[in-house]
Amino acid sequence: MTAYTATVTVRLKRGVLDPEAETTKQALERLGFELEDLRSADRFEVDLEADSADGARERADEMAERLLANPTIHDYDVEVAER
Amino acid sequence: MTVSIVRFGGSNCDRDAERALTHLGIDAEIVWHEDGLPDDATGVVLPGGFSYGDYLRAGAMAARSPIMTEVRDAAADGVPVLGVCNGAQVGCESGLTEGAFTTNESARFQCEHVSLRVERDDTPWTAHYDEGEVIEVPIAHGEGRYEIDDDRLAELEDDGRVLFRYCDEHGETSPDANPNGSKHNVAGVLGDRESVAVLMPHPERATLPDIGPTDGQGILRGFESEETGV
Repeated sequence: MTAYTATVTVRLKRGVLDPEAETTKQALERLGFELEDLRSADRFEVDLEADSADGARERADEMAERLLANPTIHDYDVEVAER
Repeated sequence: MTVSIVRFGGSNCDRDAERALTHLGIDAEIVWHEDGLPDDATGVVLPGGFSYGDYLRAGAMAARSPIMTEVRDAAADGVPVLGVCNGAQVGCESGLTEGAFTTNESARFQCEHVSLRVERDDTPWTAHYDEGEVIEVPIAHGEGRYEIDDDRLAELEDDGRVLFRYCDEHGETSPDANPNGSKHNVAGVLGDRESVAVLMPHPERATLPDIGPTDGQGILRGFESEETGV
């Protein structure tokens, strides 16, 4: 078994309104920053042990499918690294 | 012959629901989620509140608690299930109903009375209204914007599974009458069965005559059809 960290990034699908990101963008603009757009995402870092990187990825994928993301509104991606 | 109101840690409309149902003469009891669903539950209310502190997403944690497996099984057996506010979020997160309730367009918590247009009058939850009738029911939520894929929403609409839409006093579903940015002004939907429904507005807060309008009574009377066989 090898120790991995699976990083799951969950973000709203393109086209789904993100009022919090819009509010944050406006606050940055009030502070004088220039920007075109801003998107927010949630990042989960999951420490786990698995036989292989693929095994770790598969488990993290299932975590995203079943809880961390809501497929109705979210896309997600998973990156795996040894720790 | 008792409707079970499932209390999660952070539920806060469970007692309101119990009082409202009792006022209507419908037996109801609060059930702590860890105790499981009683075998003889004749209905299930998923009440409003902030279960699990809205961690991750509103309703996400409660939707995956063991009692929800029992609620889904009961729903599949035809037991009526009504999700209100946080209960609606739990319902969607658990797959009882489709779509998702997410952050209001305003990014603010909104607490106000709204008008709803009844889209169908042939379901247990709307049999006491007329199709197209406008009713007044309060909302109180920060994450009530109904989101779903456009194609899937069209299918739900074709199947008659949109139960209530936000509207103005004349029943027009204009953008101005949409308090939270919900797609197509959707405020409540049916599940696979007509005996399963979720909505963001609070019928239990519009039932007791002492505290204002009573337009929500008809929704809660949906539990009567099971009890009386009407």
